Amino acid sequence: MAVDPLIELRDVNKHYGQLHVLQDINLTVGRGEVVVVIGPSGSGKSTLCRAINRLEPVESGTILLDGQPLPDEGRELARLRAEVGMVFQSFNLFAHKTVLANVALAQVKVRKRGKEEADRRSRELLERVGLLAHAEKYPAQLSGGQQQRVAIARALAMDPKVMLFDEPTSALDPEMINEVLEVMQQLARDGMTMVVVTHEMGFARSAANRVVFMADGRIVEDRTPEGFFTAPESERARDFLSKILKH
Amino acid sequence: MNVLLDNLSLYAEGLLGTIELTVYGSLLALVLGFVMASFRVAPVGSLRVFGTVWVTVLRNTPLTLLFFAVMLGLPRFGIVLPFELFAVLALGCYTSAFICEALRAGINTVPTGQGEAARSLGMTFVQTLGGVVLPQAFRSVIPPVGSTLIALAKNSAIAGAFSVTELLGTYKTLNELGYSIIWSFVWIAVGYLIVTLTISAIFNLLEKRWGVAR
Repeated sequence: MAVDPLIELRDVNKHYGQLHVLQDINLTVGRGEVVVVIGPSGSGKSTLCRAINRLEPVESGTILLDGQPLPDEGRELARLRAEVGMVFQSFNLFAHKTVLANVALAQVKVRKRGKEEADRRSRELLERVGLLAHAEKYPAQLSGGQQQRVAIARALAMDPKVMLFDEPTSALDPEMINEVLEVMQQLARDGMTMVVVTHEMGFARSAANRVVFMADGRIVEDRTPEGFFTAPESERARDFLSKILKH
Repeated sequence: MNVLLDNLSLYAEGLLGTIELTVYGSLLALVLGFVMASFRVAPVGSLRVFGTVWVTVLRNTPLTLLFFAVMLGLPRFGIVLPFELFAVLALGCYTSAFICEALRAGINTVPTGQGEAARSLGMTFVQTLGGVVLPQAFRSVIPPVGSTLIALAKNSAIAGAFSVTELLGTYKTLNELGYSIIWSFVWIAVGYLIVTLTISAIFNLLEKRWGVAR
């Protein structure tokens, strides 16, 4: 699968004080691949996701994006981050801007598109996530699911090479989870490279090329969804799956 | 009442002096405070250190001492400016430390996710601060910045001791002319109230105007 690696993590380590959150992480994500990261809370999966665009700096090891190592904080890093879309658990839409302006802002500031071009592209993307009618509203006027779909549109507006999802549905009411997952399914079908940290096992089964199971800062299993869900190899994964799939 | 009517031009001159010190001092304090607040949250370590030292030194030394340092110190290095300008410099730098901290408090009220989202889109530090964080911090810093500028208006009285024309200094002349000290001070107080209440009014207006930002 990893013929054309887009993201490579080699021997990545990170501590939070005493806690060793990332322990010798090695992971390669190929172009067009959808990798779902699951695991118990505190296993380091969110940190892993955030390390890929250096929102969390790591202590040792290398992270390569499209063959380039992540640069230090500064313009270089900003340029690289524009190539990596990120969707957060808490949406993080810019509270003082309308939905349209949220999607357009970075296009103008980072991609240097003209305002009209940016607005047109924003409307296209809002249409795609089914929210064109809400373009002039403020984030606080939307439901959680709607806000998250706007956040996805905002990230897509940069034409990223890869999309990172950090528990995109964990803060949503159950009835709103599907509308977000559908948008993500569509993205996966369109061939977007995705790293998705989630607890949605249904999504993992249906959309993922690979499932990465993390526990205590390590990658314990890295397999096809079919293999992982039907016959987990490790005791830790069996235990985890038995707890979440019981009801 | 006579004190005021007999010496209207003296009072007017003093009031004008205080207003000038307040306006120019405030402008300097706002600009410097803004720059220092940006330094203190910057990703560059040396800028953070500079901002921290600036605030620590200026916030923790008496303003009168700073006046002495500026008025007597700077000329030794060949910097000779009108006393009014020295006074503006001292007031502005001193107050900028407080403005800086008020702005920083405001920046801290903006959830970190806002900045993270901006950075994840490839926006630089300056773009993130200017386009996302500060506009949201603005509303919550209006009241403390207003208070700080009111303090500046009152602190400008110290300039009078360095022969800068300002409101409080008029009492000396009035005293020599034999006017009642009580009434002289009452009218001086009224003068300060005019300045400070104007500042309050401006900031109340700003708060009403920008209060609906979210």
